[in-house]
Amino acid sequence: MLIKSLVAVFLAAILTENYVLCKFLGICPFLGVSKKLNTAVGMSVAVTFVMVLATAVTFPIYTYLLLPNGLDYLQTIIFILIIAGLVQLVETVLKKYIPSLYKSLGVYLPLITTNCCILGVTMLVLQKVTTTTAYTYTYGHALINALGAGIGFLVAMVMFAGVRGKMENCDIPKSLQGLPITLVAASLVSLSFLGFAGFVDKLIPLG
Amino acid sequence: MAEKSLFREFTKGIVKENPVLCLVLGTCPTLAVTTSASNAIGMGIAATAVLVCSNAVISLLRKVIPDKVRIPAYITIIAGFVTIVQMLVKAFSPAINDSLGIYLPLIVVNCIILGRAEMYASKNPVLPSILDGLGMGVGFTAALLLMGMIREFLGSGSLFGVQIMPIQILIFILPPGGFFVFGMLIALANKLNTKAGKTPVNKPCAGCPMKDKCSQTECEGTKTALSDNADDNGKEAAVC
Repeated sequence: MLIKSLVAVFLAAILTENYVLCKFLGICPFLGVSKKLNTAVGMSVAVTFVMVLATAVTFPIYTYLLLPNGLDYLQTIIFILIIAGLVQLVETVLKKYIPSLYKSLGVYLPLITTNCCILGVTMLVLQKVTTTTAYTYTYGHALINALGAGIGFLVAMVMFAGVRGKMENCDIPKSLQGLPITLVAASLVSLSFLGFAGFVDKLIPLG
Repeated sequence: MAEKSLFREFTKGIVKENPVLCLVLGTCPTLAVTTSASNAIGMGIAATAVLVCSNAVISLLRKVIPDKVRIPAYITIIAGFVTIVQMLVKAFSPAINDSLGIYLPLIVVNCIILGRAEMYASKNPVLPSILDGLGMGVGFTAALLLMGMIREFLGSGSLFGVQIMPIQILIFILPPGGFFVFGMLIALANKLNTKAGKTPVNKPCAGCPMKDKCSQTECEGTKTALSDNADDNGKEAAVC
């Protein structure tokens, strides 16, 4: 049951509730950094890394510190400060100890603090603790959910980078050039993800 | 003269520098909450309140906050106001709180607010900053309302919950419809801008407050070339 629910959470985070294409979190990097495949992958890996790390820290802080003391209204402030601090810490540690990794991921890190998908994921996993009824939503589920959200971001970015590559040589009407046609392309990519609706529930029936 | 320029601070955000349609900031809430006109107004008012208050406080503290820690300081101030707005909405309008859901606390990371703090409030006195915030907020609300009305009308055949059309094109209130309507609105804004003889600003990163920091990631708005550009081109060719 535990393994089954973990797999269900992981797949759902990638396919049925894709954070970029279905929940509109992290649209700025999705539109801004998806022009080239390698930058798209770099950004997604950095986002996934910070997402899992942020969830690993904020989940226990909320459940064991804020909630029992009736401080849950401080969630927004505390979470954004934790994320900002964490990003800074990761940047410093990477710079000092793993310079090669810093070289490839470091440039994306300052951007991530104000990326709404990180804050969104840390808050959404906490909402799921109370709204999931089929099984108990644990710390492990939250981490897997964050990892799935990151992978979902990667999938969306890579797919979209491919679509944009194809668009490069197309004859596009003048007022649609640039951002408008990018958004229309995003609409079609998002449409394809609608096809996954109900997919995970059918594949892995729970409760 | 002074009054006239103050008035201009207010009006520039509504049409000329509309944060959504011209500067392309705050795309996440624009796409996410515009499934109905009333949601759009709720989000617009909440964001405007935060924008005005944070602009006022940041402008007051602009000489106190050290330059190095200014972004964390701004984020903390903004988060404080977002929490206040969140509590007020929860207390007085629980229905809006439910329909905005996670996007209400996410006003913290809305780049319009951080963008105005960084580009305007940190350099200008209090009164113009408040007016700038108010103008930008009204512009944001107007753009959200326009998009919310289009999507609600086409997607559920109603306006502000009143049924008008018997046909419903469901796709418009689903995520793909959001991207599509937003793309079409920006195309329209571009066309109007070109007609008026202005160059359209339609690069997703041009108005972003973090664009200096991410110049190395080759956001489209910034023209800095990467040193390993040749390598990049090679990979891009492989993609195509």
